[in-house]
Amino acid sequence: MTGKNKALIVVGTILILLWCLTPVAWIISLSFKSQQAITNGSPGFFPADGDGAGWQNYVDVINDEQFRRAIFNSIGISLIATLLSVIIATLAAYAIARLEFKGKKLVLTLALVIAMFPVVSLVGPLFDMWRAIGIYDTWLGLIIPYMSFTLPLAIWTLSAFFREIPWEMEQAAQVDGATSWQAFRKVIVPLAAPGVFTAAILTFFFAWNDFVFGISLTSTERARPIPAALSFFVGADPFNRPASLLAAGAVVATIPIIVIVLLFQRKIVAGLTSGAVKG
Amino acid sequence: MSTTVAPDDKRDVRRAERAAASDRSKAENALGLKLVAPAIVLMLIVTAFPMLRALYLSLFDYSLTAPDDRNFRGLGNYVTALSDPLFWQTTANTVLIMVVTVAVELVVGFAFAMVMHRVIFARGIVRTSILIPYGIITVVSGFAWQFAFSYKNGFVNYWLPFIEDNFDWFGQYSSAMAAIMVSEIWKTTPFMSLLLLAGLAQVSEDMIEAAQVDGATWWQRLWKVILPNMRSAIMVAVLFRALDAYRIFDNIFVMTAGAEGTESISFLTYRQVIEQFQLGLGSALSVLLFLSVLLVAFLIVKVFRVDLAAARQES
Repeated sequence: MTGKNKALIVVGTILILLWCLTPVAWIISLSFKSQQAITNGSPGFFPADGDGAGWQNYVDVINDEQFRRAIFNSIGISLIATLLSVIIATLAAYAIARLEFKGKKLVLTLALVIAMFPVVSLVGPLFDMWRAIGIYDTWLGLIIPYMSFTLPLAIWTLSAFFREIPWEMEQAAQVDGATSWQAFRKVIVPLAAPGVFTAAILTFFFAWNDFVFGISLTSTERARPIPAALSFFVGADPFNRPASLLAAGAVVATIPIIVIVLLFQRKIVAGLTSGAVKG
Repeated sequence: MSTTVAPDDKRDVRRAERAAASDRSKAENALGLKLVAPAIVLMLIVTAFPMLRALYLSLFDYSLTAPDDRNFRGLGNYVTALSDPLFWQTTANTVLIMVVTVAVELVVGFAFAMVMHRVIFARGIVRTSILIPYGIITVVSGFAWQFAFSYKNGFVNYWLPFIEDNFDWFGQYSSAMAAIMVSEIWKTTPFMSLLLLAGLAQVSEDMIEAAQVDGATWWQRLWKVILPNMRSAIMVAVLFRALDAYRIFDNIFVMTAGAEGTESISFLTYRQVIEQFQLGLGSALSVLLFLSVLLVAFLIVKVFRVDLAAARQES
């Protein structure tokens, strides 16, 4: 590699870091501006002298009953949806990667169609249906659509992982007298665990990020997840928001994502790319 | 696994073999169906069934504020929607956002992928950073950029030399759309670049070197060797992102709430159903939105000849 190329790569790397981190730094910086300063107008990237709020915005956010409730809802709903979705996707992905059965193509096509489905076109009928069967504004009412919409991604990611597993071991177990089901449970599940874990992370991201279902299928803090709660944090005038308070809330809502990314970046990249690009 | 080769009147041994094989394949078939059944049922409960219901409701004049007053209108709701300029304006906005964001993301994402492919230091930090916009809640991204563009509390006007300090980005259509697109592009470029990076990793280094030895310039290597060889990765990335961009909702909801004519088709549908309780007309819009997504998907697959099966080696 020539010196010129090296310099280009270094510049490129710095640009990527700036691209990715500037808005994050901005929202953190904003969360330290005082609410007084926001109301009066406090332009600039960093809080001006005397406009700083210390941790006050964070204290206010954490003490906000609705915000705490929304965080609790989001964690609960996302974890349950992730768990169930990954279990169901694992079964389906195993069948797709390993078994010959009629309609395999159909399952993959269906998953593809659903991954691209315009979710907003569903909120009307779902709103109506959920109210009719009494799960409107409940955790279950969000868990079901989250599962449905994370299944395609989970199925793709998992079936891609499953194809790489040394399946002779499964056959060996079957030769030793294990049934298909036993071979699946005792031999393959432990081997597949890393892939399953990756699918779980991506599923969790989806559920944590969802906004459309979160605002349309809830009406109170009973089930309202964090993105919806943030958007309702606003007050009447959308052009005069308590920006710094919201920024503090946004930072708190982003912490779980950053922790997951820091711990598992390798797995996430593998999962994202294996599911979509290569077989 | 196929057992249908031999004609029926062959020897007994063959027949017994075939029967055993066919029993096993039958069992495998049954197990396969059992394992995918829960996923299929769940995916259909939340998509196919509501979609059929939307199709049915779209034929009625049905408002949740007067649920008993439900009258059959036939295709009336569709006529109303399609003859309303608002429908076409929101569709135009949506298409504009889709085309601009995907084009920018493709170029920037590819540049990022090239850098990440050759990155020499801080590999882990780069990968972690690139995942943060991907993982961040879209609503948070929308807020961050809305406040950044705000002349009252933001920094964009102060950083851009050719913009007046008190310029209101959300005061008119073009700049408001630009702000929405910036948030969308910022959040989703990393995803695009990761997909392209995976495609780039599949281009053989030998081939690039061979081209270099033959005297190809950097530009020629890019256009004649690298890009053609990662065509399927590019097409899959474009397809995914285009359909995702076509559904844009969160950023618009948070940043402009549709003001200054910045509504997307998703936002219009949402407003009809959830805010105005017009389930009949809203359902017609839902069906139209669904059909337009299908059309966009069809066009991309046809025009760019995306072979998803080949891309996933699914054949």
